[in-house]
Amino acid sequence: MKTFCSVWLLLSLVELSPAPPVSQEPPLACTGAPGHAPQSETAEDMASTGDLEPTHYPARRAATVALHYLNTHHGSPFRVFGLQQVHKASAEDVAAGGRKYKLDFSVTDWASGSEGPALRCSADVLFPQAERHSGPEVQLHCEALQQLNRTAQEEHAFYQRYISPESAISARDIPDSYGNVSEEMQPFWRLARVAASFIMLRESSENTEFNMAQVASVTQQGSREEQLMLEFVVLLHDFPSQEIIQWKLLASWSPDRGVRVLQTEWQPRCPHATKPPN
Amino acid sequence: MKGLLVLTALFVAVFGKKTFEGDQVLRITPKGEAQISLLKELSEQEHLGLDFWREPVHESLPVDVHVPFHSLQGVRAFLGYNQIQYNVMIMDVQDLLDDEEREMVKYRSFPRSTDDFVYTNYHDLNSINSFMDMLVAENSNLVSKIVIGQSYENRPLNVLKFSTGANRPGIWIDTGIHSREWVTQASGIWFAKKIVTDYGRDPVLTDILNNYDIFLEIVTNPDGFAYTHSRDRMWRKTRKPNSGSSCVGVDPNRNWDAGFGGAGSSSSPCTETYRGPSAHSEPEVKAIVEFVKSHGKIKAFVSIHSYSQMLLYPYGYTSTPAKDKTELHELARKAITALQSLYNTRYTYGSIITTIYQASGGTIDWTYNQGIKYSYTFELRDTGRYGFILPANQIVPTAEETWLALMAIMEHTKNNPY
Repeated sequence: MKTFCSVWLLLSLVELSPAPPVSQEPPLACTGAPGHAPQSETAEDMASTGDLEPTHYPARRAATVALHYLNTHHGSPFRVFGLQQVHKASAEDVAAGGRKYKLDFSVTDWASGSEGPALRCSADVLFPQAERHSGPEVQLHCEALQQLNRTAQEEHAFYQRYISPESAISARDIPDSYGNVSEEMQPFWRLARVAASFIMLRESSENTEFNMAQVASVTQQGSREEQLMLEFVVLLHDFPSQEIIQWKLLASWSPDRGVRVLQTEWQPRCPHATKPPN
Repeated sequence: MKGLLVLTALFVAVFGKKTFEGDQVLRITPKGEAQISLLKELSEQEHLGLDFWREPVHESLPVDVHVPFHSLQGVRAFLGYNQIQYNVMIMDVQDLLDDEEREMVKYRSFPRSTDDFVYTNYHDLNSINSFMDMLVAENSNLVSKIVIGQSYENRPLNVLKFSTGANRPGIWIDTGIHSREWVTQASGIWFAKKIVTDYGRDPVLTDILNNYDIFLEIVTNPDGFAYTHSRDRMWRKTRKPNSGSSCVGVDPNRNWDAGFGGAGSSSSPCTETYRGPSAHSEPEVKAIVEFVKSHGKIKAFVSIHSYSQMLLYPYGYTSTPAKDKTELHELARKAITALQSLYNTRYTYGSIITTIYQASGGTIDWTYNQGIKYSYTFELRDTGRYGFILPANQIVPTAEETWLALMAIMEHTKNNPY
């Protein structure tokens, strides 16, 4: 809606399931724009090894990766986890190249409001050598996951409401500029956040720290194999580079199968290239 | 366009006292003449109560139809059976009308005083400028407005000066240097009102103002701010074009002459952390530089951003610790303890380079190197759930808790003159 740059999209069809695939590099469609995983110009080697300060960014970035992993496995329209605090962290170089972080941290479920209990988690996060072009590997354990409030009823009701063939949900800008999300759109926002976590996990490195800034759009596709099919366009925010990165993705969900991401497509966004209107 | 149609519906609603609960607006994309005919037939079924916002005319044009709740199932079945493509443009017409009504009520009365002003909402540039003028008019013995320069697009760079006497040392606070960080400008407005309310009532603030002037720049990047309202909510930088590039804007928090050009800023105009062609190249930055230098007695400098919930001190461009690191660290701890006491909002604190990331050419690195010891940057709520688009109902709680931290910093500054 705002750009006049000449753009050329490369469709990268990636089947995402627990085994992370190799993603294709999208083209540098915007002159001078960063690649889809922008590297900030960190010259100083912050090779933190040994015990890490939990409130500093190396530990926090690794914990964020573990959080994305947690959401891909346990997120739903009624459950999204946020990082509350990192308690302990350490890092070491590994024999095959790359760096492994050990983390002790707490998360909260955003869906249960600000009074939700904190869950304690521990994780190993391995960032492989940069040359290998693959995403981080995570091993994660959280206490009391099973003891979280059951959301089966809400999931079922939500599923029933939107699985019918006539359902054709369509919305933009969630939240809107003022931070509003309607009651009805909340589960869709959470689904987008979970689906976006697959991308954020895959694209993470020690030089990134991803979050989902906004859902630009959600468009329901025809249901397939009893799965809700949703096409999302999400805006991701990367902290170190401060870039907003746009991804289109196709996700499926059902109470039984959970969230799956079937296709992802990086969308060049050239807001920087907009000339002021004369 | 949709707004106009909705307003019309509202007009009808108010006068016709209808309710549109459960009604939907469908956008139908007919393919082929046969489908157009079917739709025309559908439009003739009066008992359905359909209201076509866009009539079926030609197969390349979408058809928008407002479908009353009682007809929905039938209409969707009809469309499905005939394989006519459509999507739901408005999920619930009444919901949308209710939202619009709420928004209109909020803006129906232009505030006539700063007591009328709606602090629990986000405002645009005109509204904020009116607020500032009203505040000055209502408190002319305490507040004045200084214009320290012009933005690239020639908007005034307005600073509110709170002063109870001449030749005082000063404390500087700025919000909105990155335009998409809306909770900061909104908090700045609240701070301004808080200062005039508490002077003469709160002993600590009164004592501070009897010894120091407070300078508050609420919209530090007005061009960017206007752009977030009109075109791109996620705009961060200034709006100055870059020669030799189609990309616009410079990151005003990488444009200062402190480690300028180093790692932690970008040399590409098409990036969010582009440092600019030279230090202080941006008029928005240069204006503050000149103000600080000519004032000569600024003793604390706080630059406010969002999001992350952090309180940061220099340096960002180098890992060499600041000379006053111990004191700055301890004061930060006190400040965020005060902040947390209100709503239990957790902040982390530390130097920029260790806590958030390496950043060169940053504001408070420059102010610190100028000798302004108490130089701090805040990153306000939240930690990522809403990020830049923080719901408006969090503006006031954010401002309230942040104020406690600011007071801690200002009080310490007053008690430790240098």
